[in-house]
Amino acid sequence: MQTWSLVSICVLLAIIARWGVSLNSYSGAGKPPMFGDYEAQRHWQEVTYNLPIQEWYFNTTNNDLNYWGLDYPPLTAYHSWICAYIAKTINPEWVELHKSRGYESTQHKLFMRMTVLVADLLIYIPAVVLYCLYLTDGSSKKKVSIMFCFLLYPGLILIDYGHFQYNGVSLGFALWGILALGLGWDVLGSMAFSLALNYKQMELYHALPFFCYLLGKCIKTGLIGRGLFLLVRIGVTVLATFALCWLPFLAEPSQAMQVVRRIFPVARGLFEDKVANTWCSLNTLIKIKSILSVPTTVVETDSAMTTQTGLKCNEICYACPFLVFVCSMLPLFLKDGLLVPYIVTSLGFLFFSIYLLSALDHCSEDKLRLGAYNKLFYWLPKMDLAFIVRWKFYISIAAMVGLSIATAVLIPPPHLPDLFPVLVSTTAFLHFLGTFIHFNVVQFSEPPSRKSQKKSN
Amino acid sequence: MAADSCSWFPALAVGVSLLKCFFISAYRSTDFEVHRNWLAITHSLPVSRWYYENTSEWTLDYPPLFAWFELGLSQVARRFDANMLQVENLNYASPATVLFQRLSVIVTDVVFIYAARECCRCVREPKGSRDVLSRPSFVLAVLLLWNFGLLVVDHIHFQYNGFLFGFLLLSVAKHLQSQHLQGALLFAFLLNLKHIYLYVAPAYGVYLLRSYCFAQDNKDGSVRWSSFSPLRLLALGAIVTSVCALSFGPFIAMGQLPQVLSRLFPFKRGLCHAYWAPNIWALYNVLDKSLAVLGVRLKLLEEAELPPASMTGGLVQEFEHSVLPSVTPAVTLVCTLLSILPAVASIWLRPHGAQGFLRCLLLCALGCFMFGWHVHEKAILIAILPLSILAVESREDAGIFLILTTTGHYSLFPLLFTPAELPIKVVLMLMFTIFSFTALRKLHSAQGSLLHPLEVIYLLGLVAVAIACEVVFPLSPWQQRLPFLPLLVTSVYCAMGVCYAFLRLYASLLLRREEKPKQL
Repeated sequence: MQTWSLVSICVLLAIIARWGVSLNSYSGAGKPPMFGDYEAQRHWQEVTYNLPIQEWYFNTTNNDLNYWGLDYPPLTAYHSWICAYIAKTINPEWVELHKSRGYESTQHKLFMRMTVLVADLLIYIPAVVLYCLYLTDGSSKKKVSIMFCFLLYPGLILIDYGHFQYNGVSLGFALWGILALGLGWDVLGSMAFSLALNYKQMELYHALPFFCYLLGKCIKTGLIGRGLFLLVRIGVTVLATFALCWLPFLAEPSQAMQVVRRIFPVARGLFEDKVANTWCSLNTLIKIKSILSVPTTVVETDSAMTTQTGLKCNEICYACPFLVFVCSMLPLFLKDGLLVPYIVTSLGFLFFSIYLLSALDHCSEDKLRLGAYNKLFYWLPKMDLAFIVRWKFYISIAAMVGLSIATAVLIPPPHLPDLFPVLVSTTAFLHFLGTFIHFNVVQFSEPPSRKSQKKSN
Repeated sequence: MAADSCSWFPALAVGVSLLKCFFISAYRSTDFEVHRNWLAITHSLPVSRWYYENTSEWTLDYPPLFAWFELGLSQVARRFDANMLQVENLNYASPATVLFQRLSVIVTDVVFIYAARECCRCVREPKGSRDVLSRPSFVLAVLLLWNFGLLVVDHIHFQYNGFLFGFLLLSVAKHLQSQHLQGALLFAFLLNLKHIYLYVAPAYGVYLLRSYCFAQDNKDGSVRWSSFSPLRLLALGAIVTSVCALSFGPFIAMGQLPQVLSRLFPFKRGLCHAYWAPNIWALYNVLDKSLAVLGVRLKLLEEAELPPASMTGGLVQEFEHSVLPSVTPAVTLVCTLLSILPAVASIWLRPHGAQGFLRCLLLCALGCFMFGWHVHEKAILIAILPLSILAVESREDAGIFLILTTTGHYSLFPLLFTPAELPIKVVLMLMFTIFSFTALRKLHSAQGSLLHPLEVIYLLGLVAVAIACEVVFPLSPWQQRLPFLPLLVTSVYCAMGVCYAFLRLYASLLLRREEKPKQL
């Protein structure tokens, strides 16, 4: 079959998966007074449509920042405005100032879900398709398989189409940036990534690699001459993009400062909820929160974000940490009533990653770049690292299944009410730490030898 | 792909089963309550009350074996939510109930998956095809397992057709593998599960009599009367009677047979369902209406003389036509029998083995669909699914398949009328259509294009109809005055495609006389 038909069928399947998850509940459904992220997005539409732009980020009588105040950069606000404009033409009640607070109806849910899908279709999905077709290696069937698994990633689907968010937009822009850099279009890439940053400040997680790569490229091309010219072009592009996005807020310094204060809320605690990061895990052992007097800002890990870094790698043995991300969000999904979609999407992703990409066949030392570990730990007896990795994979999957069942079905002992969420977070953290270390080792080790690559083909 | 030759089938099966789980929260039709009610009736009431119970309007109207099937399901249902098994709990739909019912359809589809695998085994593989995606068995597996009609009717609208079609396809596969007694047994079971499959019973009856009971043919293909085997006839008879006895036995013993039959064959319903199936009568109704309107315009008729325009009102009643003669159940029966007579005669006079039987089965299904009384549009699946088997082997059948399937599947669109399901039905339809067109074209690429340009134009017209009915019409002023219009346009447009496919299939059967018939 031709590639275009395979690609279209995969994209259509991805859409069905997304829309199927959309049919379920969303965060905060039927839970006044605060509801959840769904209501937050609806509220932003209400605020951006009805109030002048100068009031969007300020606490006024018409805009109560304690009730889901805008805390993303301006591009999100503009997106909300566009959605609100369409909402108003369909049913003005959806965005009526003050009166529409907590508005819930079947039609409104359909509209909101549709906005997520449209954004994905315009930004995220084309980026994924083009990335997989042009920047991955292998036969066209392999590329389509990678693309399919990429599109089926449960984390993004469950968060965007279940819980309700627009991560596809920021991730999509970031992916366009990566795609452009991969094709050598550095200026366009930096513009795309700037747009991603201006949509969600969490893209800062990815900012350093972008910055270092581009700077390194400029230096390599020669800082006197072409390199400098490239650096200037990139710099101007980034500044121009930022300026364009922040234009309405640049008239007064106080406006810009308020926006910055809203998107980097230093006043919040070290971590929110139970999060799979260092601080949360350590907190179980040492009550860090009570020791540190100055609260440090750590934004809640948005694990959908981390798909980008991981999924760039074609070696699907890395499927394990991706699923761990999803598993770490299970307590959140249970709260939102998304258990069935969680099970279905996770099973689907796991099954097709293993089946289409022969996950476990590619767990050889070469493919996983495990040679570096042999060098690092030369003083240890030689072990079959690929064997260890494969078994680690099985154990991880078993752990995730066990933790999922425990979280969903078992009742925790009364003196440890958050036992399962904390266990899940800690397990996830250990996986993330391991992946983080591994990526660093791989980054600094030599590329795989040409000879061994030819052999495996 | 690193997948080896045998693993693609389980992958397809797992994939489609996971896909079905996405529809658990989707729209459910009244058929959901119908089956919940039957679970309740069979679980809570004694057998003697099953066919008399009418607390709910959705009385038991499937044959007894299906009732036993529901009883079996109800034993599992108890563990999900025992409240659904109370007959008084009308329209009870707790999350556990929905989950159970949806999962029961997904799990019972394993029969269909097994049957699809058997059908794939019967397909001839051309030598030297290394690419999995180009193999006829792979294409057939996708066309069956991922069939749009089944996904939409079973897993959204809510029915158990996958389970039932599993029996039909398994029976066909057994006949293709020359295991006729097993095929007959499976069909007997099927008839006692859902009697709509009587549509294809003539094909079974004549084929088994002609090609199984008469063990040999003459050299010219005509029947050799001397080779009649009473033993084989007895075996078939024994199978059919024992299955029917198992199913109807208890009710005959209780003297309830007339009541059961009256439930199974409710002829009080109208010529057409509330939404007209795309068959001859839809065209007949439209012709009648047009003539009536024309007659009034040309002052040949008085408007007061015409019966009120209730046929398009979406109600299921008995009513009369205005200009053309009214159609009674007897008329439809005669038309149906006449329409299948040539097909059935053909496999008697010049049998073509199991392939000929399959073709005759298709024509019986289509003939009954075209001319039957109160046909549901879902019945088109009885023709579409078996045709898939022929489509992967013959270029001409592939062309007919594309027309019948695209038209038939589109005619199912009005079943899912809720806005939330619009993206689902459009995307699923696109997926299936893209696959069927590209895969079949690749399979038969050596022999020229599959469709005539006029056929392509007709199919493209479906897109225009879809846009008009789903997008333009709801936003237009006619929405209030003529709410039935999009349904009418859909069924009439699709009826043309279905009629055309019917005629072409007939042509392909009758013009194949030159082939040497096979011995059994």
